[in-house]
Amino acid sequence: MRVAAIFGLILAWGATAFAAEGSRGTLLLASTTSAENSGLLAHLLPRFEAASGIRVKVVAVGTGQALKLGERGDADLLLLHDPPNEAAFLARGFGLERREVMANDFVLVGPRADPAGIRGGRDAVAALAAIAARKAPFLSRGDESGTHALERALWRRAGIDPTRAGGWYRETGSGMGATLNTAAGLAAYTLADRASWVTFRNRRDLEILVEGDPALLNVYSLVLVSPIRHPHVRIAEARAFADWLGGPEGQAAIAAFAIDGRPLFRPIARPPGGS
Amino acid sequence: MGEIGEAAATALRLLRSADPELFAIVALSLEVSLTATGLAAAIGLPLGALLAVARFPGRGALVLLVDAGLGLPPVVVGLLVYLLLSRAGPLGELGLLFTPTAMVIAQTILVTPIVAALARRAVADLLEDYHEHLTSLGLRPLAAVPVLLFDARYRLATACLAGFGRAAAEVGAILIVGGNIRDHTRTMTTAIALETSKGALEQALALGFVLILVVLAVNLAAAGLSTMARRIEG
Repeated sequence: MRVAAIFGLILAWGATAFAAEGSRGTLLLASTTSAENSGLLAHLLPRFEAASGIRVKVVAVGTGQALKLGERGDADLLLLHDPPNEAAFLARGFGLERREVMANDFVLVGPRADPAGIRGGRDAVAALAAIAARKAPFLSRGDESGTHALERALWRRAGIDPTRAGGWYRETGSGMGATLNTAAGLAAYTLADRASWVTFRNRRDLEILVEGDPALLNVYSLVLVSPIRHPHVRIAEARAFADWLGGPEGQAAIAAFAIDGRPLFRPIARPPGGS
Repeated sequence: MGEIGEAAATALRLLRSADPELFAIVALSLEVSLTATGLAAAIGLPLGALLAVARFPGRGALVLLVDAGLGLPPVVVGLLVYLLLSRAGPLGELGLLFTPTAMVIAQTILVTPIVAALARRAVADLLEDYHEHLTSLGLRPLAAVPVLLFDARYRLATACLAGFGRAAAEVGAILIVGGNIRDHTRTMTTAIALETSKGALEQALALGFVLILVVLAVNLAAAGLSTMARRIEG
């Protein structure tokens, strides 16, 4: 009896301590890690919140996991960088619409010693072929993220299946930061998105070796989760954020975000009405 | 060694600067882990005592299950709670995913077997010592549970502290069900994981030192309370 009373008390305390704040005016954004870890969202969200009164809660995960969260109705809005899988998500009826909002690029990074001799190249596919030919250590995200998807597409274009190639190709199965930490430790090559690379603080011997290939374009899009599949989704708030980020104010805020004086993302949203 | 020393200096600087975001993170860590430990104690202490004194079919299996629960992988618990609380899951209607409540639920599941297993040991030991005494008083073992729990209170406090340590240190479960949302579900351990992923190893380790200090403070407080209690009891 007494135990039940104590249990009840603790439960009641727990419930009041964590009483869910009003869900009105909040929005859950599942975002690719680079947008969060680079500080971009910390730069954008206070501006949006001041303009709209809508509070945005960010869960930073890889694009694959973000798509899964959207599919299960656990997020209202997704910020992703994997166009083919975004299209598939929409085709399967989980997404209402997709808006391209910003872009930058991917870079091939590797050890300063550069055993595969790819430094200065502008052809990512040729660089991967050179790494494979030298059997130089290469780390793959291996986590179904947008970066992982592009990396696999590049290997396909090189006509190489690295997963069957032997010990030089390794999958970390983790996020960009963890993979860069491992690459720094192993002096391995890896593909990184520009924002994660620029804001990464533990580079050790790593540097950019290949950049500037159009195939390394990195497009970020907002995908609205469909309220037809998940009626509880906060579509009005999600649309408000998409409109703001794609509009002049949000696009200017993206352009103004810089690290060490250099902009990290390029605004690319089309003006409303045009398509 | 230089990096570790710098991290320690950063930790001190963080504490001295009284950074409100850091304090909010520390407060949430304590709130979640202490609530989970409280709930786990409410379930685990009676359960452990019951397993020590009562004899019923299936007891052996339950003891094994509780003992095995000591090795419950946080990431698996996180995944199970996620699937339960996800909108597409059986409890999705509650909208608890990515809230501190979800983190409390996951940690309660992790901590309860620890408290229950250690409580069972403590009560079973006492029961062995007191067996004749209890029989002579004519008390049935089940009726003796409150007395046994009271007499074992210092060891049970240690069981709860062990449970709290587990909760405060884990990141696998709360990262999945809490989402590491800034100003909402970010705790010490998820913040450390985040800083590590940014390659900000010094900042990550500095937060780690702060976490160790916080856990130390909780244990110190518990030790102080127990000394005080012993003194009052004479």
